[in-house]
Amino acid sequence: MSTLTFTLKNTPKQRVDMSPMIVDRLSTMSIAEIKAITLQSGKYQRSVDELFDVYGDPGESMIIRSSCDKLDYVGHGQKSGFISVEGNVGAYLGMNMSGGVITVIGSAGIFAACEMKGGNIEIKGNVGDFLGGAVPGNKQGMKGGTVLVKGNVGERAGDHMRRGMILIEGNAADYCGSRMIAGTIAVMGEAGRYLGYGMSRGTLLLWKMPAIPPTFNDCGAHTLTFLSLFFASMRESDSKFSDPVAVFNRVQRFGGDMSNTGRGEILVKI
Amino acid sequence: MIINGVTIDETFAEAFPMKATRVIITAQNSKWALISAQAMTGFATSVIACGCEAGIERELTPFETPDGRPGVSVMIFAMGKKGLAKQLETRTGQCVLTSPTSAVYAGLDEGVQIPLGKNLRYFGDGFQISKQINGRRYWRIPVMDGEFLAQETTGMKEAVGGGNFLILAESQPQALAACDAAIEVMRKVSNVILPFPGGVVGSGSKVGSKYGALGASTNDAFCPTLKGKTTTELGPEIESVMEIVIDGLSEDDIVHAMRIGIEAVCKLGTGNGVRRITAGNYGGKLGPFHFHLREIMS
Repeated sequence: MSTLTFTLKNTPKQRVDMSPMIVDRLSTMSIAEIKAITLQSGKYQRSVDELFDVYGDPGESMIIRSSCDKLDYVGHGQKSGFISVEGNVGAYLGMNMSGGVITVIGSAGIFAACEMKGGNIEIKGNVGDFLGGAVPGNKQGMKGGTVLVKGNVGERAGDHMRRGMILIEGNAADYCGSRMIAGTIAVMGEAGRYLGYGMSRGTLLLWKMPAIPPTFNDCGAHTLTFLSLFFASMRESDSKFSDPVAVFNRVQRFGGDMSNTGRGEILVKI
Repeated sequence: MIINGVTIDETFAEAFPMKATRVIITAQNSKWALISAQAMTGFATSVIACGCEAGIERELTPFETPDGRPGVSVMIFAMGKKGLAKQLETRTGQCVLTSPTSAVYAGLDEGVQIPLGKNLRYFGDGFQISKQINGRRYWRIPVMDGEFLAQETTGMKEAVGGGNFLILAESQPQALAACDAAIEVMRKVSNVILPFPGGVVGSGSKVGSKYGALGASTNDAFCPTLKGKTTTELGPEIESVMEIVIDGLSEDDIVHAMRIGIEAVCKLGTGNGVRRITAGNYGGKLGPFHFHLREIMS
């Protein structure tokens, strides 16, 4: 598999829009053409060659080394291929992505995986607010794919989420699953206040009992067969979700948000 | 051809193209998975009047099922896609959905997809929940015993129905014992079902009837009580004839099942009253697949 490596020369003073740098686009270009790509950085336009040392061969894979949280829109609209980010990354990671894989060995900023349609994102560190959400003004967030976060996530994870899975090994801050339309968010750590605020459908799967909002009604303890399939689907993944110890199918079910249609659910391991 | 004293006729079984699907039924334990599967495959011996032919392929261990519970693999065969989809849906709805602790999944991933839980979800009356896992959609339907889980669709593929062979024996008990021996080994073959009661047909049919309204009637040439009154295929030593019908996903599957079934019958030999093996040959009127007995057994 051919790999292109971009090593950041210096931490840029302004944020850099990395959206032109997606694998499916770069794979058809020569090294010279790639180095000549201009990236918006603040109010300036800077060439790839100015910002990065570039080496390797264009193909299905790319690596961003010495990355920092100033690099926004990494993997924006990616349809296929692999991106590996060594270091932190800025906002809008994998926005509108429809296929392929992005791995971040570090933390990601706000709006990671927002409006994502497919593919897989794995973030080893923490993530900012609005993970899998919708950009302001849009009504639908993440619509497909899987996001795995090994650390903690900020507020409003899965805001307006429509489909797909968000798996969080750490904690989720307030308003997790807010205004969720459908999909699944699993949180192994603690979940903050206002869980599932205004959610119409979807599933919030929790390992620890959270503060259940008053607009969610207790539906009792149940053994749910679909959880076996859910955990089986993660058997091969490199995460705590694949650990046989983490597997369960007995849950306390809370239905809500009753202030909306009330067809969503919070499932808590018992 | 004679095997252990049993004559293998120079003839062929005539089979026809069908559409087939497979589903996996699981339940809390193997007893209830089997009950559900038996209900689903009931009244499904022949497309002549049942609308489909269905049977249990085999029981599955928890390691072989999607949800890690004991299960049963069921196959349904019909003459066309529309008929198959209708039978699958009604049988799943009336027999599997109603069966306690059950869940149902696709048993064929490839091929044209036909609805499994896609329309049954409306039984949930708005409380149903969709879950997409590993690219497959499932429906969680709240029911009185908990939650019924159904995969949205299952695959359908071209298949072969009506593979068969006839066992001619000196007595009815001996014919049945020979069938039992064949069924025992044939049940272990994948991709085939034996849709008739216990896998055996006691009343094989011929195409057509003297009565215009009937498309099939008793196979008088093989009826032992008519030996003196019709153009019979039976010698004086034959007192009972039983048929084993096989539906399979491919010609090779049927050939394999026929071979090991006939081998088991021949093993009993003339000492146990088995005299001849022949096949349902309707002169090419029934279907394009011809399974020549002697070729299969050579």
